[in-house]
Order: sequence, then structure tokens, then C-alpha cells
Amino acid sequence: MKAVAATALALFGGAVWANPQPDQLNLTKGVTTWSGEPYFLNNVAFGVCVVIGIVVFGAMFISMFKFRKSRGAVAEKWTHNTKLEALWTGVPIIILIVLAKLATTGLVSFADTTGSEMTIKVTGYQWKWRYDYVDYQGKAVEKVGFMSKLDGRSDRTRQLGSGMDPGKVTVDGYNTYLLDVDHPLVLPINTKVRFVITGADVIHSWWVPALGWKMDAIPGVINSAWTNIKEPGVYRGQCAELCGQDHGFMPIVVKAVPKAEFEQWLATQQDEAKLLKASQTAQTAPAPKGQG
Amino acid sequence: MAHAAHDQHDHHDHEHHGPPKNFIERWVFSTNHKDIGTLYLVFALTMFFIGGSFAMVIRAELFKPGLQLVQPYFFNEMTTLHALVMIFGAIMPAFVGLANWMIPLMVGAPDMALPRMNNLSFWLMPFAFCVLLSTLFMPGGGPAGGWTMYPPLSLQGESIAYTVFAVHLMGISSIMGAINIIATILNMRAPGMDLLKMPVFVWSWLITAFLLIAVMPVLAGAVTMLLTDKYFGTNFFNAAGGGDPVLYQHIFWFFGHPEVYIMILPAFGIVSEIIPTFARKPIFGYKAMVFAIASIAFLSFIVWAHHMFAVGLPMGAEIFFMYATMLIAVPTGVKVFNWVTTMWGGSMTFETPMLFSIAFVILFTIGGFSGLMLALAPADFQYHDTYFVVAHFHYVLVTGAAFAIIAAAYYWLPKWSGNMYNETWGKIHFWSSVISVNVLFFPQHFLGLAGMPRRIPDYNVAFANFNMISSIGGFWFGASQLIFLGVVIHAVFFSKKKSPDRSWEGAKGLEWTVPSPAPFHTFAVPPVINDDELAHGHVDH
Repeated sequence: MKAVAATALALFGGAVWANPQPDQLNLTKGVTTWSGEPYFLNNVAFGVCVVIGIVVFGAMFISMFKFRKSRGAVAEKWTHNTKLEALWTGVPIIILIVLAKLATTGLVSFADTTGSEMTIKVTGYQWKWRYDYVDYQGKAVEKVGFMSKLDGRSDRTRQLGSGMDPGKVTVDGYNTYLLDVDHPLVLPINTKVRFVITGADVIHSWWVPALGWKMDAIPGVINSAWTNIKEPGVYRGQCAELCGQDHGFMPIVVKAVPKAEFEQWLATQQDEAKLLKASQTAQTAPAPKGQG
Repeated sequence: MAHAAHDQHDHHDHEHHGPPKNFIERWVFSTNHKDIGTLYLVFALTMFFIGGSFAMVIRAELFKPGLQLVQPYFFNEMTTLHALVMIFGAIMPAFVGLANWMIPLMVGAPDMALPRMNNLSFWLMPFAFCVLLSTLFMPGGGPAGGWTMYPPLSLQGESIAYTVFAVHLMGISSIMGAINIIATILNMRAPGMDLLKMPVFVWSWLITAFLLIAVMPVLAGAVTMLLTDKYFGTNFFNAAGGGDPVLYQHIFWFFGHPEVYIMILPAFGIVSEIIPTFARKPIFGYKAMVFAIASIAFLSFIVWAHHMFAVGLPMGAEIFFMYATMLIAVPTGVKVFNWVTTMWGGSMTFETPMLFSIAFVILFTIGGFSGLMLALAPADFQYHDTYFVVAHFHYVLVTGAAFAIIAAAYYWLPKWSGNMYNETWGKIHFWSSVISVNVLFFPQHFLGLAGMPRRIPDYNVAFANFNMISSIGGFWFGASQLIFLGVVIHAVFFSKKKSPDRSWEGAKGLEWTVPSPAPFHTFAVPPVINDDELAHGHVDH
């Protein structure tokens, strides 16, 4: 019994998990400086609903039991009670004001994208994501950007009639079916990262539950959002706006690493980009002669 | 008695001619509010099963991870058409059918104010849905961009012209129906049927009809812009041509939010009639109930962008729409508290209509709770477009709107058909439905909170258990509705148990003063109103 209660509690308060768990019952607390806001708000609002629910449904069940004709109940005639009506108009307003206060605080902090230390451009395509590293610590990043799409194992497994078992698509013992990509977005921890998010064809929505928010990727619109991840790890999410037939197959993976590791990774990427550019120039330069 | 002038000689001929004998003449050319009401209800029930079959495809594909049955594009067609058929084909026509049948009977009018237009508003519907559903059999396939038809995605579909035309037809039908209802309520009430003595159901429809007239043209405008963007080179929603995809969402939800109240306000009205009947106690706070409906209707116009918290609205807009949305909880709470207080101190019996109404109050309130949670913008950044939202709107639309319609069908079926339905099977239908619908939709809250987006045909293994439970509930709920079909057919054609004029002991209102089944023509002469006969005859002023 204790074990059951403990499991239920763990499943409900899924604070320790960054990624979906089997039989998870509640939101994740997330791993960023802000992601606790929706989690806290969710729990408070849920608590309020449970209390109101107990009162309202309790009154209903009592009356269903007490005021049955079969128990000889005789109907009363009253249809008004000013005090009661004032009470159940007033009390909800007070509760709403408290919730509004909490929610407004969360909104204001989310809207503040100032003071960011790096910028990532996210572009939604049918049906993959593109990440471009725009700047880091005040310096422009040259030519670091890549497409990120569903990993090959998930993609083969998800074909209609593939006969393959989605349960076998795992990474480090965690099932990553439809939640893994070929190139994850690599981010440093303890860094305020600003995202600029747009869409290339139709509307998509960039959502990693562990970061605590989603933001639509809309063609012709550049939305901004921010995150500051506290713990290293791999955080998985999915496109959250219907974007066509493969909407369910364009996951998002964020790999959060310590700053030093990130800087090393970024330097490698920049070097590779330079090498690639050099080799491309070498290849394309003689071309006009050949066409001569 | 209310129909005191019943056998007055000079009205004799007019009052007693029955329906035309010819089938086509009776049903196709009908201008009789009862026959048109029946047509609407039969149409809605048919669409309920068609839309339900699409839901069965969805739940079957989601039974376990991996794609087993359908291609993702077809899955999207199913989600899109399930919504369009259920909203425009099942819920709305069912309410219009109930309005047609009951409003003239409840206010003491001989028929709807505009009977020929009534015929046209109904007969547009089958054509609209033939056009819409025919796309499934065409090479380009059906609409697959979601019922909200967001561009640019919806413009990629080849069926947009059909969908738009169908939406136009439905819109014209709804607008004409709404005009008819307003005209009937404002002009055709029997002398003495003051506005504040009308049944709450009539009030709810009066307000709903104004919402329909206000927003259906907005939807028509939005989809027309989609059409011209697709075929006539305009760029309303095309960013590359200077347009804005977000503009569509603003226009759509300016229609869409009042639309969701169009689907729930008449349900409030129905439940406000049924609970007093079976509690044998007048409704608590009649005027508060009417005022709450009007407040909700007003608020519905200023909350649309809460469907768009994730499109990147400015912070000020998010705060405004969040506060306005939260305000809706107050009048909605008043309604729920009033229903509960109506039950308190009553003398209750639990026939099938009452069971469905009680389930409505409880389960609709659960949908309201998740609605309150969704209103909180920072939390909505997590909930938006997940199964949490799916659970929310199915609680308000299935256990809300659909349960109220089913309750209404059981409540007034004896009046319509003259026969009592089988109470045992009614109760079996109730218990089977109320258990299965929770097995179906409650786990979807968990799926959404755990991170499962909506409108996806396949999912990670972490979501497997709750999806399987939900699917089992879905098949069970679907099968349960076949019981309903059986009960209705039995009651109409085979039941031997005749209903008295007043089918329920505690029932009040003009509709119970006419014979069962209600004759083809009623109230050819306005009834003399006796306030004691009305459900709300003695309202304190």
C-alpha cells in the first residue's frame, strides 16, 4: 500500500523527470530558471479546483442522498438566498485575483528577453527543424547551423506496417521512439539563451516540456522566447502545432552541456564550417574554366 | 387549462388538419416546426454516428504506439472531419432541432415565425455535409488541416473550395435559423408569457441566436479569404505577399469562441428545465441564471485570443485575454451553484433525463476546471495543443453539450412520440455512457500533462498505457450510443406505454399542457397563461 502511494505521488509530482515517463500524471517541473512557474501555477490551480470540486460535488451527493423522493423528502419552495448568492459570486472573484496575480508574475518574467548571452534562430520546416547559432557572449557566430530531423530508427519503425516494435527504440535504456533526432540542439547551461523562432512554410510550434513553454513558429513572424537551463541533460519535445502529414514526426532534442564543453563544441563547429567553406570555394573556383 | 380556446368552432378546420399524407410533401416541403425539428434531430443523430465513426478510427490508430491502420494524412483528415461533423453536423443542428420543436410549444406560439425559411435552413444542411464529406472520396482527399483551418497549412489542401462552400452553406443555415428563433421568441409569445416568465431554455436560445448572427458572418469572411488566397491571388494570410497568418487566427477565434458558447448555452437551458422538474422545486435564482447566460455571451466576444497564447502575442494582450477569460468562471460558477441549490431541499427522483443532467453538472464542471487552468497563460504555454486541451473540450462538449442533448431527448421524447421510452434501457445507456466517457477522456488529461501533443497519429511508448485505456473507453462509449439508438427507435415505433400529457410528475410549462404526442398544430389560438402552470411563473421582480 505504501509503495502504491509512493508511486502515485512520484507520478503526480514528476519533478525529477525532464522527459515523458510511462504513466506520468502531472506536468514536469522542468530544468530551467523559469520552468517552475507553469508547474507551480498548474499545481495551485489544480488544488483550487479540487477544493471547489469537493464542496460542489459534495453538496450534490449529499442532496442526492438526503432529498430523494423515495426517502420521503418533500420539496421546499424557496428560490433565493441573497447572502449565499453574494458569497458564491464574491469568493470566486477573490480566488481569481490570487491566481491572476501569480500568473501575471509568470508572464512578466517570461516576456523579458533582455540580458541574453546567446541567440539561437529556430526555423520550422515541414517536417524538421533548423537551428542557427546567431551569437554567443556578444560575438557573432559564423556559419553554425544545421537541420534536425527524426532519427533513422524511429523513422523506419513508424512506417505503416513496418512490423517493428516502437518499444525497442531506446537510448541509454530510455525509450526515444519519435523523440530522438539526428542532430540535437546543443546549448550551454547557466546561460540566458534567447530564441528567435519562425516558420518557413506553415505554422509549427517549438515545444520542449522541460523548458516550460512552447512558441509558435510562424512564416513571416519572428517570435522570441528565452531559457536558462540549470542542469546538463538531454531534453525532448515535439512540434505542437498541426503542420501536415508528418506533424507527429518532427521531434525536438535539446542537449544541455556545461559552458566549457559547449564552447569547445561551438569552436569545432565553426572550424568545420570554415573548412567546408574553403573546400567549397576550391571546388567551385575552377568551374567557369571547365565550362569555358 | 392553457388551451382554453381549443374547441372553438371557427378554428376547427384549421386546428385539426393533420400532416400531409404524401411522404415527400410532408418531409421535404415541410413548414411545420415539429416536423422540421424532427428532421434536424434525425440529421444530427445521423451525423453523430458518422462523426463518431471517425473518432473510432482515431482511437483505433492510437490504441498502441506505431502506425497500424491508416496513413498520417488520412489520420489528419479524420481529426479534421470528426470535429467539423460533430460541431456543425451533430451538436448545432441538434440544438436547432430542439429549438424548433420546443420553443413554439414553450412560449405558446402556433409555429416558428418564418416557416418557409425554416424549411430552407434545414434543407441546406444535408447538402452542406454531402459537399464536405464527398471530399473523402476525391483524389485530393478531405480537409486535413484541422477544423480551425489555419493557413498556410489549410491552403495546401486540395479540398479547401469544397470545405469553404460547405461552411458557407452551414453558416447561411445557422443565420436563418437564428433569425427565425429570435423572431419567434420576440413576436410570437402568447399574451402573458413575459420575457421573464420564459423557460430558461428559451432564454438560452434567444441569447445563442444573437451570438450566431454576430459570428457566423465572421467565419464566412475568414473562409472566403482562405478561398481567395488559394485561388484568386490574394495575400490576406500569405506573409510573402504582405499578409499575416496570425490575422486568420484572430478572425477565426473571434468566431470560434462565441461558437463554443453557442454549443453550451442551450445545454445550460436544457439542464435548467430538467433539474427543477425532477427535483420538484423551482429553479434557484431564475434571474441570476438568465443574467449569467447573458454575461457569458458578452464575455465570449472579448476572450478569443486565449486560443492563441502561444502565437507570440504582446504581453499586454496576453494579460488582457487571460483576465477576461478568468472572469467567465464567475457567471459559470453562479450557474453551477444554482443548479446544485435547486437540487438541495428538493424531492428528487432519478429518471434518465435527470441522470444525464446531474452527470452534465458534474462533468461539465470538471471541464470548467480544466478551462480555468487553461486560462492561466503561463500554464497554457505547457497545456496548449496537448491532450490536456483535448480532454478539456471533450468534457465540455461531450459530457456537456452532448449529454444535455441526450437528456433533452429522453425528457421530451414522450411529448414528441406520445410513448414512454424504456426506463431500464435508458438507465443502462446512462451508466454505460457515463462510465465509458470518463475512461475515454479522463486519462487524456494525464497524457497532455506528460507532454503528448494533440493531432498526432503516433506517439512515444511512455504514452502507451493511457492511450490504450482511452481507446477502450472510446470503443465502449461509441457502442453505448447504439443503445440510445435502440431506445429511441423502440420508444417511437414500438413502445406500448403511452405518455400522459404531463409526462413527468414535476414537469411545468406550456409544452406539458398539450396532448402527447403533440398534435401537428398546437396553440392555433394563444393559450391563456396561468402562472402556476409555468416553470418560472412567479419570478420576484
